[in-house]
Amino acid sequence: MASTKDAFEFQAFEEAGNLLEENRDAVTISIEDEGSKPKRAAAYSPGGNEEDPLTSDDRTELLSGQKKSIPFWTFEYYQQFFDIETHHVKERIIGSVRPWPVKNFIHVYLRRNPDLFGPFWICTTLVFAIAISGNISNFLVHLGKPNYKYTPEFRKVTIAATAIFSYAWLVPLALWGTLLWRNNKILSLVSYSFMEIVCVYGYSLAIYIPAVVLWILPYEWLRWCSIVGALCLSGSVLVMTFLPAVRDDHPKVMISILSTIALLNVLLAVGCKAYFFSKPEPAEISTSDQVTSST
Amino acid sequence: MASAEEASRPFAGLSDVSISEDIPVEGDISVPMSSSRRDDEFSTLDEPVKETILRDLRAVGNKFIHVLYPKRSSALLRDWDLWGPLLLCVTLALLLQGGAADSDDQGGPQFAEVFVIIWFGSIIITLNSKLLGGTISFFQSLCVLGYCIMPLTAAMAVCRIVLVGGTGTVSFAVRLVVVTASFGWSTFASTAFLADSQPPNRKALVVYPVFLFYFVIGWMILTFSPSQ
Repeated sequence: MASTKDAFEFQAFEEAGNLLEENRDAVTISIEDEGSKPKRAAAYSPGGNEEDPLTSDDRTELLSGQKKSIPFWTFEYYQQFFDIETHHVKERIIGSVRPWPVKNFIHVYLRRNPDLFGPFWICTTLVFAIAISGNISNFLVHLGKPNYKYTPEFRKVTIAATAIFSYAWLVPLALWGTLLWRNNKILSLVSYSFMEIVCVYGYSLAIYIPAVVLWILPYEWLRWCSIVGALCLSGSVLVMTFLPAVRDDHPKVMISILSTIALLNVLLAVGCKAYFFSKPEPAEISTSDQVTSST
Repeated sequence: MASAEEASRPFAGLSDVSISEDIPVEGDISVPMSSSRRDDEFSTLDEPVKETILRDLRAVGNKFIHVLYPKRSSALLRDWDLWGPLLLCVTLALLLQGGAADSDDQGGPQFAEVFVIIWFGSIIITLNSKLLGGTISFFQSLCVLGYCIMPLTAAMAVCRIVLVGGTGTVSFAVRLVVVTASFGWSTFASTAFLADSQPPNRKALVVYPVFLFYFVIGWMILTFSPSQ
């Protein structure tokens, strides 16, 4: 073994030659210039500009990744939509509830990497949150009434699932179709793929999960405040994301598309609240009616 | 250099050994066992049925013990089986019956609903972990998720016993504590087995669906109310 002094000292080339003479059978490695030749070729191929070999490799890899089309019936096709990490999901969720500074969710957060993990699990969590919170709020509203029989209403889970998943998939489909149709008529610089629209809609539903949990408390003012707050946040993120895509269009078309987006959002929120969460006041009126009718 | 010479000395004699290419290597490959014994080792067709069943039951019981004391062992993963999850699922679904289900159609979950939730939920979680690049196989993951329902099934049995005593606030508090503890135990046990198969920057993405799954099952157990 070489002494430590030699390990840190710069060895001149004569020593290597001496070592080779002593031990002819030793395995030697010769690093030739072949390795640098393909790098140089790659650096010159895209535009002829002198770049780092690393960035040109990245670019060629990215370009080849977009050209590669995996058939949609293979497992790998869906695996490319799950190519995210924990901090990506966290950033996207936080970005979906924060419409300031004014930005485009797709450009800032998705960056050509839409994922299906976030939308799917946010929708599932929302379905169960609505069902469970609705159940708890019904229980709390009717607490203490003698003729109330507590039933865990499992049918409502399926209804909630249908409503939320159809909102998260059919509305993006319709919006994508509309944008495609308008793109044929008016050449717009911004175009979104279907997966990106699904991703935005999925993450925009994330704000409703804490709002739905807040609806357990049977105070109407609290429910309406949280609905309005959640609507403003998620609606503004959606509108700001799709504004660049429809900006070059007729003002009437632009306003109608954006207002439809906002309106559907409002419908979903208010509909869920009305169907799953009962109001406390009418129950009190009905018991007072019973009291007056019995006397 | 001297040490190199010393190292080569035991092998010095081998440099003379050479096998020329025209001598065929021949011999007789025979296992020094009687042929009937070799058959018995691999075929279980002739054994009595009781022994077959007992062997599977012992494997299932062994895995139950592994869930009770979740260490990072690979016993649950290596020989997976779906008998245990099936037993637990049927037990849980049966225990969730008889809960105001006859009088009202919105009483408790139907037998089929419990099955669908458990199996469909397990399949979706397994697909999720495989899409995120997990190294665990499909049935191994189903096996782990199914076996880790065991604490929740035990909690359901305890809840039914507590509900015999009454449905007041005390019984609700006891049930809440029992269900919360068993839900935590289930989640901890399953992540002890599943978390190793994922890269470290995606562990939370795999653990969250498991958390949601056991939370929903725990909710079903907690809200079970018997018919009066």
